[in-house]
Amino acid sequence: MQVTMTVNGEAVTREIEGRLLLVHFLRDTLGLTGTHWGCDTSNCGTCVVLMDGEPVKSCTVLAAMAGGHEIRTVEGLAAGGELDPVQRGFMNCHGLQCGFCTPGMMMTARALLDRNPDPTEHEIREAISGQICRCTGYKNIVESIRWAATDAAGTRTTLEPVEAQSVGSAS
Amino acid sequence: MQVPAPFEYERATSVDGAIGLLERLGDTAKLVAGGHSLLPMMKLRLANFEYLIDINDLHGELGYITFTADEVRIGAMTRHREIAESAELATVFPIFADAEQVIADPVVRNRGTIGGSLCQADPAEDLSAVCTTLGASCVIRGSGGERVVPMAEFHRGPYETAVGPTEMLTEVRFPIRPHAGSAYEKVERRAGDWAVAAAGAAVWLDSEPRGSRGGTDSEYDGQDVVLADARVGLAAVGPNTVEIPSISAALRGQTPSEELYARAGELAAQSCNPVTDPRGSADYKRHLADELTRRALRRAVQRATDQVRS
Ligand SMILES: Cc1cc2nc3c(=O)[nH]c(=O)nc-3n(C[C@H](O)[C@H](O)[C@H](O)COP(=O)(O)OP(=O)(O)OC[C@H]3O[C@@H](n4cnc5c(N)ncnc54)[C@H](O)[C@@H]3O)c2cc1C
Ligand code: FES
Ligand code: FES
Repeated sequence: MQVTMTVNGEAVTREIEGRLLLVHFLRDTLGLTGTHWGCDTSNCGTCVVLMDGEPVKSCTVLAAMAGGHEIRTVEGLAAGGELDPVQRGFMNCHGLQCGFCTPGMMMTARALLDRNPDPTEHEIREAISGQICRCTGYKNIVESIRWAATDAAGTRTTLEPVEAQSVGSAS
Repeated sequence: MQVPAPFEYERATSVDGAIGLLERLGDTAKLVAGGHSLLPMMKLRLANFEYLIDINDLHGELGYITFTADEVRIGAMTRHREIAESAELATVFPIFADAEQVIADPVVRNRGTIGGSLCQADPAEDLSAVCTTLGASCVIRGSGGERVVPMAEFHRGPYETAVGPTEMLTEVRFPIRPHAGSAYEKVERRAGDWAVAAAGAAVWLDSEPRGSRGGTDSEYDGQDVVLADARVGLAAVGPNTVEIPSISAALRGQTPSEELYARAGELAAQSCNPVTDPRGSADYKRHLADELTRRALRRAVQRATDQVRS
């Protein structure tokens, strides 16, 4: 069958099997490997992309179901050579270690900030509660998203040093 | 890598179109709504179909929450997220907001629908327990027209419903009665998981506080209220989510008290039928049925009295 959807602003049409999952369409058919694929059981959230602006687990959506819809992946976050505030937040606040969960975390963060530009820590933790990070303990992810919120609003441009780091650098 | 076995994908653009496709393709076809129960099962090859009929385009037709004086109607394609975010629904039936906070996670809730939840008929499905608690009825449509089936007859066993192979669920209806309160209590192993056990409670207070009937004391202090009716629904402790008529019978006409909640909890533990599985032992689940019934009733009564007082 044929499917047509918009991916990161570009219309794409491909011949696919009905059973093809959106995550494999993005990674294997379109070569957009920024979207990761982890548990395969709808639990880890590393495959999260935006469908019409809302985060969805792309391992649990058929590519055919995305036909006629707008998909945005991590490759579509940066615009005009500028990183998205969410990406800058993750960079500045060390929001990743291995980076496996990061694309999904950043897409959920983008959708959250689009709806709620100034989320509380609790709201951030709730938004990413369907996504698993095995490295960071979440603290820096939450901090990164807070940074993106405040940075985008232009209210805070420098970061408080992270405690553990200042201890380390003192020795 | 988990992928479903091959199938043909069809897309319905109207309820009649979906029913027409079901009639044409017979039981080789299955509807897919949010897909968050069906696709995982197909990926594990626990379910295989020759055709999947995508009904997401029916969200315009079947995605709604409407209110009249005596009824709430929710369209089958209404997503968890929309239910969670309806302030009006949370006012009329706070049990929905309680439950939606603990159903899966926010990303899953962007896709899953109330229709899919009820039709999946998983014994641990939280919205099924909510609908059971509230005494909902289900509107089922086929080419011959519509029929309305009460929740008590909707689930026919685990993963089985009253919806025929060429029918679909289109709407769920909830009767509104005065002086109501409701609540949902769930224990899960970790955020986003299915219930180890869960209990919903709905209560309706007598229209007049006892004191004012005597003509002396019109203060509605929560001590002398009387339960006109009460319902409890349990999830994950039997083949389907079930209501417990013996609890309703024990509570009707009584003044709420800790002793009464304890009696209801005891009845819940006696009437449920849990099995030991990786989520917990049958004994532990029975204990939860008792404790969560008490908590849900306590909170439902509190909400009903607060509402009557204000
Ligand atoms: C990681 C994860 C965690 C979850 N945790 C929970 C939880 O804690 N509690 C909980 O209650 N649920 C949980 N769920 C299930 C989730 O709520 C599902 O979205 C829901 O059960 C099914 O809704 P759906 O729209 O995705 O249904 P689908 O998967 O599309 O369909 C389910 C079944 O219903 C049928 N169907 C769907 N719509 C109709 C209709 N209108 N008429 C007739 N048949 C229909 C389909 O043919 C299929 O058989 C979880 C799911 C996941 C992936
Ligand atoms: S790969 Fe999709 S949720 Fe884990
Ligand atoms: S950074 Fe490694 S899983 Fe999150």
